[in-house]
Amino acid sequence: MSASLSENKEVILETKDLNVFYGEKQAIHSISMQVKKGTVAALIGPSGCGKSTFLRSLNRMNDFVASAKVNGDVFYKGQNLYSKKADPVEIRSQIGMVFQKPNPFPKSIYKNIIWGPKINGFTGDMDLLVEKSLKRAALWGEVKDRLHDSAFDLSGGQQQRLCIARTIAMNPDVILMDEPCSALDPRSTQAIEDLISELKRRYTIIIVTHNMQQAGRISDETYFFHEGHLIESGDTKMIFTKPSVQMTEDYITGRFG
Amino acid sequence: MNSFKNIFIGRSIHLLLILSVSITILTTLAVIVLLGKESFEFFKEVSIISFLFGTKWSPLIAPHSFGVLPLVCGTMWIVFGAVLFAVPTGLLVAVYLSEYASDKVKSFLKPVLELLAGIPTVVYGYFALTFITPLMKWFNPEIEVFNAASGALVVGIMILPMIASLCDDAFTAVPRSIKEGGYALGANTFEVIKDILIPATKSRIGAATILAVSRAIGETMAVTLAAGATARLTADPFGSVQTMTAYIVQVTMGDAPAGGVEYLSSFAVGTLLFIMTLVMNIIGNQWIFKSRMRIV
Repeated sequence: MSASLSENKEVILETKDLNVFYGEKQAIHSISMQVKKGTVAALIGPSGCGKSTFLRSLNRMNDFVASAKVNGDVFYKGQNLYSKKADPVEIRSQIGMVFQKPNPFPKSIYKNIIWGPKINGFTGDMDLLVEKSLKRAALWGEVKDRLHDSAFDLSGGQQQRLCIARTIAMNPDVILMDEPCSALDPRSTQAIEDLISELKRRYTIIIVTHNMQQAGRISDETYFFHEGHLIESGDTKMIFTKPSVQMTEDYITGRFG
Repeated sequence: MNSFKNIFIGRSIHLLLILSVSITILTTLAVIVLLGKESFEFFKEVSIISFLFGTKWSPLIAPHSFGVLPLVCGTMWIVFGAVLFAVPTGLLVAVYLSEYASDKVKSFLKPVLELLAGIPTVVYGYFALTFITPLMKWFNPEIEVFNAASGALVVGIMILPMIASLCDDAFTAVPRSIKEGGYALGANTFEVIKDILIPATKSRIGAATILAVSRAIGETMAVTLAAGATARLTADPFGSVQTMTAYIVQVTMGDAPAGGVEYLSSFAVGTLLFIMTLVMNIIGNQWIFKSRMRIV
């Protein structure tokens, strides 16, 4: 993906001076960044650098951490997610999230997918929705004959693709992924990476990864975090070949991490 | 020398452990033998059929009649009422504790619940007699002083902390990531509780219910005080009843001469009580095993 191509795209998600605190400790320091529609944005950095915290503030998942306080703004299609009027439940139905460890519900494969749309008022054809979502998550072929089996009977990689399928079923604009491959074997990782490249035609994806090769393979834009600061961001090729900050280069070349 | 000492200590500890285990096993066996022996004596005089299916319980006043159903009926009213009150309430308390309460509130509420569980049961009996029953009579003066509903309610209050605590443990054991998965799909707290938390813990909620039933069946002092001593096969929960346990108390307090058939009848009732609890636990365990869900 060339730089010029993504430059023309509209901004779908934007943060302005975003700070996150856990009690007294500041985890995110005044981060301002933009993500363009239809791109894959990778957040990289050593563990504890705040990339997951940052990701979780983009769909208000930090609301569930009692000690977490967010100040600053996150704009999604121009709407401020942290204004008093914003409804976090509605926000999360539009900005999907895939977690580090596969977390299917203790239900059947079928019910895992229809649950989200159902509680959000979807009244269309459920069978069709299940088929479409599973196909887009590249899981249909493996599970089409056992849709009513427990989701726990699937392998880890299949479970993670099921979680992606259930996120897709909500028809979100943005999908946040928090190290979605860290609990998976190499083959499943490969399958998820292929899937991400496929998905970005329809969705904007923001992915946290500790795996630099992965960021290099799948993302269009890369954001390098360190100790709660956004050190450098830009076109992935640029970041990986000609980073402008010394620290980025040190991290990418494996001198620390 | 040293190794001799080690071997000695090792063996002593082993022996001590075996002894402790034997005490529990022997006690159980002794109870079974005692119940069996005395019940056997009883059934020499009264047929099992007339005991199990008889509808009149009049062991102390002639003409004697040993149909146990009125006592079973009394016990069932207590169990039914207590579970009806305690399971939904306990579930709500647990939902509040695990999903809504702040850490501060929780650290206050948990000890209060434990305190509730630590109150002697005889005090609960007084509580029923001097508070719950008058309260009921305030709504409806027709209600008898000793009545099943008051006993059931107080037993319900007694087992509430146990149910709340077991359900809270169950909810807390559901991995945070599964709940977050629900929230990330645009669910509100109620939907996460109803569709994820409760289905994921249904076997443990079932286990809590069965434990509650077991305790309600065996509960003695509170119901003896609150529900009365009138063995009746009745459909009216606001009248006096006698539970199986309350009858055993009555006999043990000296209402029947030792060795007589009246005295022996309490052992037959005890055996039935024992079997009911045992069957309950077996059914419970099997059901839990069947519906057990793997949560990764």
